[in-house]
Amino acid sequence: MSEERTVVETLQERFPQAVEEVGEFRGQSWVVVRKENLLEVCSFLRDEPELAFDFLSFVCGVDYLPREPRFEVVYQLYSTKSHKRFRVKTRVNSQDPTVPSVTSLWATADWHERETFDLMGIHFQNHPDLRRILLPSDWVGHPLRKDYPLRGPDRTS
Amino acid sequence: MGVKGKGDGSVLLTQLEWLVNWSRKSSMWPLGFGLACCALEMIATAGGSRFDIARFGMEVFRPSPRQADLMIVAGTVSKKMLPAVLRLYEQMADPKWVIAMGACASTGGVFDTYAVVQGIDQYLPVDVYIPGCPPRPEALLHGILRLHEMVQKGIARGASLRG
Repeated sequence: MSEERTVVETLQERFPQAVEEVGEFRGQSWVVVRKENLLEVCSFLRDEPELAFDFLSFVCGVDYLPREPRFEVVYQLYSTKSHKRFRVKTRVNSQDPTVPSVTSLWATADWHERETFDLMGIHFQNHPDLRRILLPSDWVGHPLRKDYPLRGPDRTS
Repeated sequence: MGVKGKGDGSVLLTQLEWLVNWSRKSSMWPLGFGLACCALEMIATAGGSRFDIARFGMEVFRPSPRQADLMIVAGTVSKKMLPAVLRLYEQMADPKWVIAMGACASTGGVFDTYAVVQGIDQYLPVDVYIPGCPPRPEALLHGILRLHEMVQKGIARGASLRG
């Protein structure tokens, strides 16, 4: 990047309304964006020549029970041009845990979003085939949620 | 085999049963499938010259349940895998036997979670439990020999889900 701007600064400049929070952990920076702006932020990160985050490493969900908004969906990006990594998060509440799907930007999001749906119960709007991927198709509940009993609902102790 | 000369029919019947049991235990063909790390010990037991399960007439691990007599449940049975395991068992011809190999197949092992069956004996009639995590090939061989002994003595008659 010519002006040595960080990715975070670029995003804050371009999307002042969308970026809710920024941070850094061990040299890895991340942003929290509003889920309404998730798709445009992500497509900017992918298509902007200076950034070119053309590879989605993974999608995952985090349950921050009892905080509200309860869930975070995390997108880890990688640029095969600059070999940089970047993390985008978005927050959803427990009443309506829906996030727009990024499968239109990165095809690899398909199975990652299915896994996040399966285990965490996050619904991805406009996903081409949102069904369980790891658990049996008739499973009830989402086991990686903090309020799911570890030994399963059929065993109490 | 000494099937003649005893006079009354009951002795003949007993000896025929002994003969049948002997032939069953002497060529007990296992079903070749594994579920977790126990499967590797089972493969070492079966496939290698080092432990050489062929000594006991068992080298023929069948890829089809229809030709198998013994199901070695080798590893962690997840709830998702359970229907497949039960279906394989149901497709085996009678008489058939089950060995629960290792801590997971016997009790669920360390996986005391929502996703894992807490012992295959909740669903299948297990004849022999083999402890270990995973059991060494010697332990598996010991369990198999114990099962042979039970079959020869008529203790393990080869139960099925139909009872």
